[in-house]
Order: sequence, then C-alpha cells, then structure tokens
Amino acid sequence: MDVLFLSRLQFALTTAFHYLYPPLSIGLGLLLIVVEALWLRTKNPVYHQMARFWTKVFALTFALGVATGLVLEFEFGTNWATYSRYVGDVFGSALAAEGIFAFFLESGFLAVLLFGWDKVGPGLHFFATCMVALGAHFSAVWIIVANSWMQTPAGFKIVGEGLSARAEITDFWAMVFNPSSVDRLTHTLSGCWQAGAWLMVSVGAYYLLKKRHRDFGLACVKIGLAVAVVSTLFTAYTGHHSAIGVAKNQPAKLAAFEGLWDTQPKAPLYVAGWVDEKAQTTHGIAIPGALSLLTHANTAAPVTGLRDIPADERPPVHFTFQLYHLMIAVGGALLALAAWAVWALWRGKLEDSRLLLGCLTLSVLGPQIANQAGWWAAEVGRQPWIVYKLLRTSDALSKVVQANQVLASIIMFSVIYVLLFGVFIFLLNHKIQHGPDESDLVPTGKLARGTKGGAL
Amino acid sequence: MNFGDLDLNTVWFILLAVLLTGYAVLDGFDLGVGMLHLFVAKNDTDRRILLNAIGPVWDGNEVWLVTGGGALFAAFPLVYATVFSGFYLALMALLCALIFRAVSIEVRSKHDSPAWRKFWDVCFALGSFVAALLLGVAIGNVARGLPLDAHGEFAGTFLGLLNPYSLGIGLLAVVLFAMHGALYLVLKTEGELQARVERWSHPLAIAFTLLYAAMTLATLFHIPHLNAVFLANHNYLLVFFLGALAIGAIRVMIRRKKPLAAFIASSLGIVGLMAVFSLGAYPHLVYCPEFPERSLTIFNAASSRPTLSIMLTIALIGMPLVIAYTAGIYWVFRGKVKLTKTSY
Repeated sequence: MDVLFLSRLQFALTTAFHYLYPPLSIGLGLLLIVVEALWLRTKNPVYHQMARFWTKVFALTFALGVATGLVLEFEFGTNWATYSRYVGDVFGSALAAEGIFAFFLESGFLAVLLFGWDKVGPGLHFFATCMVALGAHFSAVWIIVANSWMQTPAGFKIVGEGLSARAEITDFWAMVFNPSSVDRLTHTLSGCWQAGAWLMVSVGAYYLLKKRHRDFGLACVKIGLAVAVVSTLFTAYTGHHSAIGVAKNQPAKLAAFEGLWDTQPKAPLYVAGWVDEKAQTTHGIAIPGALSLLTHANTAAPVTGLRDIPADERPPVHFTFQLYHLMIAVGGALLALAAWAVWALWRGKLEDSRLLLGCLTLSVLGPQIANQAGWWAAEVGRQPWIVYKLLRTSDALSKVVQANQVLASIIMFSVIYVLLFGVFIFLLNHKIQHGPDESDLVPTGKLARGTKGGAL
Repeated sequence: MNFGDLDLNTVWFILLAVLLTGYAVLDGFDLGVGMLHLFVAKNDTDRRILLNAIGPVWDGNEVWLVTGGGALFAAFPLVYATVFSGFYLALMALLCALIFRAVSIEVRSKHDSPAWRKFWDVCFALGSFVAALLLGVAIGNVARGLPLDAHGEFAGTFLGLLNPYSLGIGLLAVVLFAMHGALYLVLKTEGELQARVERWSHPLAIAFTLLYAAMTLATLFHIPHLNAVFLANHNYLLVFFLGALAIGAIRVMIRRKKPLAAFIASSLGIVGLMAVFSLGAYPHLVYCPEFPERSLTIFNAASSRPTLSIMLTIALIGMPLVIAYTAGIYWVFRGKVKLTKTSY
C-alpha cells in the first residue's frame, strides 16, 4: 500500500467518523433553541425537562465532535503538506475565521448552557443556547466555504510554477461565495437539522413504543417531527439546486453520480442501477429525459457524459453512483416516513401503530447514512482532483511522510475510534434507558424565578 | 480593511505568539490539573471537584490551540506544512493524548462504576502528561532549529526530535503546567483538599525553578543563534529578566500564602518564557542551523499581503468578542467549586 492510498484512507476514516457528531450538534443545537423558547413562552414543565435531557445528549455529541475534529485540522499539515502550501493563502483565512468566530463562541457559551442552569437567569441562559447553536452553524459555514472552494475555486490567481505553484487570494468575497458554497451549505445544514430532529423523534417514539415517559415521548416526537418535516423538504429542495450546480460546474462529477457515459439530450435518471466501468455502460431502472429536465429544466438539453471527459480526469464511477443513489433513496424514505407520521399524528393514531413507532425509532439511522453517503459521493466524485482542475490528489501529499508512519497512525485512529464509538453508544443508550429526570420538571436556581415551580 | 504600510508579517508573528501564549497560560493549568488529580484527590468527590474546577473552561482554553493552528496555516502555510508533516508521529501521539483527555473529562462521571471512572481518570492524567510533554518537546525543537532540505522540507527523523535539549524543555513544560495547575486549584478548592493541593505546590515550584535555571544555562551554551539575538538587542534582555523575576516571585508568593498572586506570577512567568522564545526566533519561524539560508521566516513562508490583511480584519473584529466572553465565562464561574447535578 502506498502513501497516497493510506493517506486518503486515513482522511476518509477520520472525517467520516468525525462527521457522525457535528450534524447531531448542529441539529440538536437548533432543537435546543426551539425547546427552550417553548418553555420560556409556555412555562410547560415538560419543555424544561426536554431542554435538560437534550442538553446532556448535546454535550456528549459536542465533546466527541471536538475531540475528533481536532484531528482534521492537524491532518491537512501532517498528511497533505503540499496541498497546505498550495491552498494556505486561500483556505487559511476561512479556517482562521472558523476558530475565531465559531469555536470560541461555541465553547465559551457551552459552559453556560451546560453548567449555568442554576447560575444565570432564564434570559441569559436562552441567549447562551442561541450562541452555542449559532457557533455550531458558523463552523459549518466556514468549513463548507473552504470545501466548496476545493470543488469550485474562485477569487484567486496562481503564483509560481511546478513545485512552488500556489493559489493566492484576489477577491475574498468571490472566494467565500464561490459558485457552489451557498448550495452546498444549505444542503449540508438541512442534512444536519435532520440528524438532530430524527434523533429526537427516534427517542420519543422509542418511549411511546415501550410505554414509558408518555408526555415526554410525545412532545419529542411532535417537536422533532415538525423540524424533521421542514428540514427534509428543505434537503430535497437544496439537493436539487446543488445538482444543477454540479451539472454546470463539475460535469464529470454529475456524470459519475448518474453513470452517464454518452453526452446526450433526454439524458436518463437512474432510480437504481449498476455501472460496468470496464464496458463503460450503466444498467438499471431509468426515467428517460429526467436528468436533462432536472438539471437544465429542459428534456432536450444535452448532459455531458463521461466519454467526453479525459480518462485521467474521471472519478471512480460505480462507487460514486451507488453512494449518490443511496443518499437519495434514504432521503426519499425519510420524506415518506415524515408524511406517514404527520398523517397518523393528525388523525390522532400515532400511538396505535407499533409499526410506525418502530420505523420512527429506527429513523435516526436515516440522516446519518444519507449524510455520510452524500459526503462520500461529493468527495469521491471530485477525484482525481483535490482542488478541482487545479491540483491532483496524488500531487498533494506530504513528501517527507512514509507509508509505515501513515499505517501506524491509521491503526492508532482505528483502535481509538472503535473505543470512542462504543463509549458513545453505551452512554447514549444509558441516558435513553435512564430517561428524563422527574426532578427536571421543576426548574431550580435563578432559572426558577418568575415560574410557578420556583415558589417551592 | 487597508492597513497602509503596516508590517503585516510581523503583526501576524505577534498574534501567533499571543495565541500560543494564551493557550499555554489557560490550557496550561487544565493540563496541570489533569496530571495532578490522580495524586491529589483521595476519593470520588475530591476528583469531581478537581474536574469541575476546569469543567466550564477547559474546552474554551483548548480553542486557543485550535485557533493558533488555524492562524499558522493561514498566515504562514509553508511553516504549517513543513512542521506538521515533519513532526508526523509526534503530532499523531499529541492528537491521541488530546482526544483521550477531552473524552475522559466528558464521560468519566456519566457512569457510576469504579472501574469505568478509574480507567478514564488514568486516561485523563496520561493524556494531560503526554500533551504537555510533546508540546514542550515541539517548542524545544523549534527553538534549537530544524534540519531542512533545499525545498524547505523537514530533513530530520522522529528520533532526532527526541534530543536531550528538547526533552529537557518537554520536562520543563510538564513541571511548569503541573505547578500552574496546582496554583489554580488552590484558588478553586477549600478545606482539606485545598491544603493537600497547596502542599503539592511547594516541591513543584522548587522543581520548576531549578529546571528553569538548568534549561536557561543549556540554552546559553547549546543554542548559539538564540544568544546572539539577545546579546544584540538589550531590550530583549529586559524581557528575559522580567520573566525571570515573575518566575522567582512564584515561590515567594506561595510561601507568603498569597495564592492569587502566586497564580498571577506563574501566568506571567509563562508569558515571559513565551516572549523570550518568540523574540529569540524572530524573524525566523523555523531556523535551519546548518543552512541558515533555507530557514523559513515570516517573510518567505507567509501568505500574500491581501490574505494577511483580511485575516487581520477578522482578528480585529473577532478577538475583542473572544476576550469579552472569555472574561464573562470566568466571571460567571468564579469562586470555589460546588458540585451540583449539572456537574461532571
């Protein structure tokens, strides 16, 4: 195994594992705002109990997100030194902004959110909750901007040649608002909201299924579902927009997503299929003309196929195709599940159907699978480029790092991450089985001021 | 923003030094608490008090390192690339330590089993120790200079990084942070636990002062290029003596039972050490003793002027906010630690 393969494997492994947690933090951050706002408005103690319960889950996901995220900041330099020299001038300002605006905001107010329940008043605590959620969203903004620049570079010039070539910024705002950043940011954030919302639905549905903590469970399902419905629809909308952008800016990636070999009008859209890369054909169930219609709003418009892309600029087609279709299939299933649950809730029959409650309990896996598959498709689909059309992944490595060093670190991360994942699942399950604290129905400390429970 | 003729490279060198110094002062006591808690705490309640003494602040403190790393990447990408790829195995070990540390703090009290808690307590202590040691070793290596090839890539080996001088600086960092942590804990604890922490601060302060003297002498005899800088600039010597004064004051304040003054002296001592390290390096970021012309400086390793000025604009907007709410958080959580149901 060579350094290139190992370094890519390590980055994929560490990023994918990291990405289990930030979507939960971003999604739960939003839900914590909703729940705490509801509590401040209605003074319904169940909302206070929910805020306390979900804050603890948030703390766990946040800690794991921080611990695993640090790795990524280091890895650009350790494994991808040539890339770091190349993009530092452009990419660095986004990362520095993330540190200054996002991480400090999050970590500072997190202390008030977690430990400040009895120390500060309700207004300030709510403010802290909002700031933590804002910080989580901010970090998504800057990291997506940086990643989008790698997909659709803009606002830069190339200085120097050969080994010393690097990108220099010419227009900061053109870099920030590069052609794909807004589409990809909205799509990523809506996927994150889903991750948080479906987790809340899932835990609520589990309690209803087990006939425990009924009020709490029902409130989780209702609030979680409201956010899930909105964000699922928004994900579909932003996904559609993103695909139009990919068709325009990264035709090779779109062709790989859809396994399209020949440039053609009335290009088909595969519902499911199989790509034979050797024979350069794709088999499956396809809707004729739908790809042209979706990407160009016109069935007669031609869509670029892989044969018109030089062979050494094509991404791995079959892998990208399957990941992309997995994402869409899971997204569609979540949309259907949301519709079913809303309908049942509206008819007042949610708690009657054990099948529905069972599906809702499992729903937490949906956004995780779709988020992972979507990111894998987006990143593998960009290959063989690390910065689209500018720098090849194979040229971006650290020159002084050897294969055995990378292998050693992969083994280290694998062991640590298996342990961390086990700890995460163990503690999450522990928290869920323990359930909401009855004592959390009565607010304490300064928060209790002005509420009925506070008189006690 | 347009910064006219301002030397942005120097400004970013200073800002980077400020971020790393902020990290050393703030996360320094966290790391120290991590190293000490196994020895100082007698029971689970003690241990939780020590953990919650840093509970609300440790995460924010670590952000100074994260932002420092980001700023290095942004302002001096060539240094970030050379140092991070050159220190590959050392940094992987540092990551391992920081991950275990962060996770230990978060999870240890979430499950009520002695074996579980013991395991995470040991991880917390080891993680803190290894992180302090490696950060010190890294600083030591940068101070004494690194072998670079003609392309500015690191030309040494992992074992070469573990040279006696750098290991000495690593040990200095370990003892310094342990002492700094003990002084912080004296402020945050009370009663018998406080007395025990206080007892630990005496030998740590003595050990640190001796090590500091030894490493200063080692620098004097072992690192000629640093001495040359200080002999050529007498103002720099003033900074060195002020730092030495603060370090001398630590033990005096401990003996006079003035814990806040001792903690401030120890913080100023760290600032002094970082200032001496930065002044000695300037304008180099990575000095190459064999081939000084290959050295990476704040000029040949920097990002372009537009990037440095965009980043300075970001920093000028962001840093006052950061300082304001960092101060706010320390204010909200001031005073002695009391365990409640939201504690770790």
